[in-house]
Amino acid sequence: MTTETPTSPESASGEHRGWLSGRGEKTAANTEVRKGDVILDVDDLAVNFWVGGDWFNAATGLTYQLKAGEVLAIVGESGSGKTQSAMSLIGLLPPNGRASGSAKLKGTELIGLTGAPMRRIRGNEIAVIFQEPMTALNPLYTCGFQIVETLRTHFIMGPKEAKARALELMRLVEIPEPEVRFNSYPHQLSGGQRQRIMIAQALSCEPKLLIADEPTTALDVTVQAEILKLMRDLRERVDAGIILITHDMGVVADMADRIIVMRNGQVVEHGTSNDIFNNPTHPYTKQLLAAVPHLGAHTSEAAEDSTRRVSTLVREGDAPVPLTPGNEGVVPALLMEEASIEYPKQGRKPAFRAAHKVNLRIDPGEVVGLVGESGSGKTTIGRAAVALLPVVEGKLSVAGRDITDAKHRDLLPFRKEVGIVFQDPGSSLNPRLPVGESIGEPLYLHQKLRGKELSNRVEALLDSVQLPRSMRNRYPHELSGGQRQRIGIARALSLQPKLLIADEPTSALDVSVQAQVLKLFQNLQEEYGFACLFISHDLAVVEMLSERIAVMRNGHLVEVGDTVDIVRNPQHEYTQRLLAAVPVPDPDEQRKRRELRDAILADVVS
Amino acid sequence: MSNNDNEQFDLNELEDRRGQGGLGDSTVQGTTEAADAIDGHLEHDPAEAVGRGEGVGEAIEVEGLSQGKIVLRRFVRHIGALFGLATIIIIALLSFLTMGIGGIDGLWHVQDPNSTPPVVNGGRPTLGLPTWLGGDGFQIGPYPFGQNTIGNDNFAQVMTGIQTSLIVMFVLGVVVLLIGTTIGSLSGYYRGKLDNVLMRFTDLVITLPVIVLGAVLGKMIYTLPTKWGWSDETKALIQRWMPVELALALGLILWPGLARLVRSEFLSLREREFVDSARVAGATNFRIITKHILPNTMGVIVVNITLLMSASVVLETALSFLGFGINYPSISLGGLISANQSAFDTRPWLFWWPGIFIILLALSVNFIGDGLRDAFDPRTKRVPSQRKLDRAAHRAHMDTRTTTATASGLGGN
Repeated sequence: MTTETPTSPESASGEHRGWLSGRGEKTAANTEVRKGDVILDVDDLAVNFWVGGDWFNAATGLTYQLKAGEVLAIVGESGSGKTQSAMSLIGLLPPNGRASGSAKLKGTELIGLTGAPMRRIRGNEIAVIFQEPMTALNPLYTCGFQIVETLRTHFIMGPKEAKARALELMRLVEIPEPEVRFNSYPHQLSGGQRQRIMIAQALSCEPKLLIADEPTTALDVTVQAEILKLMRDLRERVDAGIILITHDMGVVADMADRIIVMRNGQVVEHGTSNDIFNNPTHPYTKQLLAAVPHLGAHTSEAAEDSTRRVSTLVREGDAPVPLTPGNEGVVPALLMEEASIEYPKQGRKPAFRAAHKVNLRIDPGEVVGLVGESGSGKTTIGRAAVALLPVVEGKLSVAGRDITDAKHRDLLPFRKEVGIVFQDPGSSLNPRLPVGESIGEPLYLHQKLRGKELSNRVEALLDSVQLPRSMRNRYPHELSGGQRQRIGIARALSLQPKLLIADEPTSALDVSVQAQVLKLFQNLQEEYGFACLFISHDLAVVEMLSERIAVMRNGHLVEVGDTVDIVRNPQHEYTQRLLAAVPVPDPDEQRKRRELRDAILADVVS
Repeated sequence: MSNNDNEQFDLNELEDRRGQGGLGDSTVQGTTEAADAIDGHLEHDPAEAVGRGEGVGEAIEVEGLSQGKIVLRRFVRHIGALFGLATIIIIALLSFLTMGIGGIDGLWHVQDPNSTPPVVNGGRPTLGLPTWLGGDGFQIGPYPFGQNTIGNDNFAQVMTGIQTSLIVMFVLGVVVLLIGTTIGSLSGYYRGKLDNVLMRFTDLVITLPVIVLGAVLGKMIYTLPTKWGWSDETKALIQRWMPVELALALGLILWPGLARLVRSEFLSLREREFVDSARVAGATNFRIITKHILPNTMGVIVVNITLLMSASVVLETALSFLGFGINYPSISLGGLISANQSAFDTRPWLFWWPGIFIILLALSVNFIGDGLRDAFDPRTKRVPSQRKLDRAAHRAHMDTRTTTATASGLGGN
């Protein structure tokens, strides 16, 4: 991005500097920033919350400096106070929150600043990129309008100039056809594009400090890779300091210069990216690093064997991926033959076909991973397998039982043989039922267990997912995300199903909790020996658990094969792209992967 | 999962988060560590390597409490609602103790509000204010609220009127609850054709004007039995049960509001994963509706019903005032005001007392409804007063050890 592209009258008369043309006047407190200047000086920052009649420490003793052009990552699990400590910088704590200590932005004290001076700083000097672009953008206004609004709030600027600048910003964040997108509403854009709009809006006033609060958590891996690439490019062009708040070590490895690790509201480790990744000193940091699934870590030995023949089934042209040949004598736990699945029509909305001619076979005791971006139809397949969605073409059978055209009444015995673990443990448990009752419900309905018998089984199930028995009387909202997901697993396993569908069971969890849940899942799978369709967008997780992987895109399977082959020798171009996009928690390796990914993308373009 | 679902979920989540002061999921602190420790994942000092876990802060407040207890606790914090509850209990006790209930006589010396004892003291109230309030010393006397020209005891009449209002309120609440919830949940759960039919029927009922219906019903109850030649006893019975009949009739046309609310709740709840989860577990539709979805709509239903009940007090009064609702021999507060409005200049007490009790009843039920709404809505977050904050800050300053102890207690290590 250059300095003086379309020169507006204002910039011609006034000062113009920085990386965008035609910026308006800034307040006196703001002097120019050069790379390497300290822009943010935080000293002993603490955030407290008023809870239940007392102050509760959300974060204490934060001390750091941020230089212009530098990326500081604040890492920790949810509840560690990383977001709140950053939000306190711009005075966006909830009403029961309070910040103390000192944070100076180029000499201006931020803590305790309110009213007009704070408003001048927000957006203008400090901008925030929020986690969820869909909720952070107002659905009633066009994307262009929202950028223009920010510009015109902070600068004296005519509508035409503002629009020109907004388009320039949209070009800066690489939105295709900015003139068209300018008039689009947020819901008309994809998740990645929305996040780009958010970034454009955040950059519109050339902030000195950019706070990115989990900017890619809500996005797919491939989109995440693009956004990270964009942010990396922007670092070069923009003189702002960036605070990156995340729990994903892969993202940190990709971006950060320096890292602060937070736990229980306290900084446990603070150092350069290299230090933290290569020589973590604090046990918590080590544990956090160990908890991140590392792509390729589980297939390294097998890949050494160069004589191995790659045998993945790849989609060619319009023909669907053929069914994996299996043992004739074995009744597959799940068998889909050219199955197409539709979301039934609702009112005037026509039926939507989310999966086309899928051939998939899961043998008893086998774990098959299903990966793809959101909207690719993975969940659709999972839901069809438990008869929540109808199969309109082809055949679907579970443990030898054909359920393609099963009626409602026929499904009851079938329900005993499948279980499903849902993505979001918060929403898949009835908030008004104690979790013990939730776990026991399938037993109550199918085996007609009552009273003592039921209670014994529930306790046994709680034991098997390693939760204390006393927890059975708790309500879901009293449990943490990891515990809720354990409850979800216990419930799914209560009837000892032959087939378990795990629909992104860990995507809503923190990395460290995810590691525990996955471990538990592996143990249970070995113990009970159920067949499993493990749906996830995270290849590293799938690689850890499954023997075979099916890759899905736009409702079609594109590649099916053994895990080793898929991870080490992907044949389909899409699989390669998906693999290249997964960030790895190691800065050096990540740099290599990044170059590889750029090369793949360059190939695709050329 | 389709995009739509994702968005819906995220919106919910955001709202939740906002409600919880942005501190993540509300979870219980101590148990997180228990689970963490059980996993045996820790290679180093467990205290060092384990984080505080997801969702802290708010957790302390909800530890070990069921939804009902939380609601109760938030309700109790609402001063207005408590006042309302106390007022309505006192009024109900007063009215039932003095005038009796059903066939049982009360304690008041005039048990038939339509009897005409001789007029004492020109019908002026015998209720005396205590001297410190500027009266002639406290006393109740035989006719504390006064008498009208023919000698009816105003106190007995007002107390009977209160009973009528309470009965109307209660019956109407039950009728609306039954019809509204059933129709709302069926149409929200099954959608499609059934939804269409039920909702168009609801639209039809909404168009019925309440006042006209009350008027027609009021007239019919007097004319129809005569026309059909029913016996006098039946007619007397019908007239005696007039309040209940009116309440039934009002309930039969006032349910659409609740039905629509319940329907919209069902529409969003049926898409939640716990419903799918129940379906996969093999639950029948009936079980899903009653066991899984209905309890989750309790908040909306309770709040709506309470507010409707308070409106019904005023509505019944208005109808009776216009002469459409409850007429002689039944007594209602609105009827009393209507009958005594001409005496406003000469005997204002006949007018004031029913009015005061109408206001008290409607206000207190309304306050209860308001308190319930706040209690059920997780988004209403009580922000501590400045005084409390200062005091806590002072406390922390005076004794830092307490704070650190609490903090480490929360850290749980």
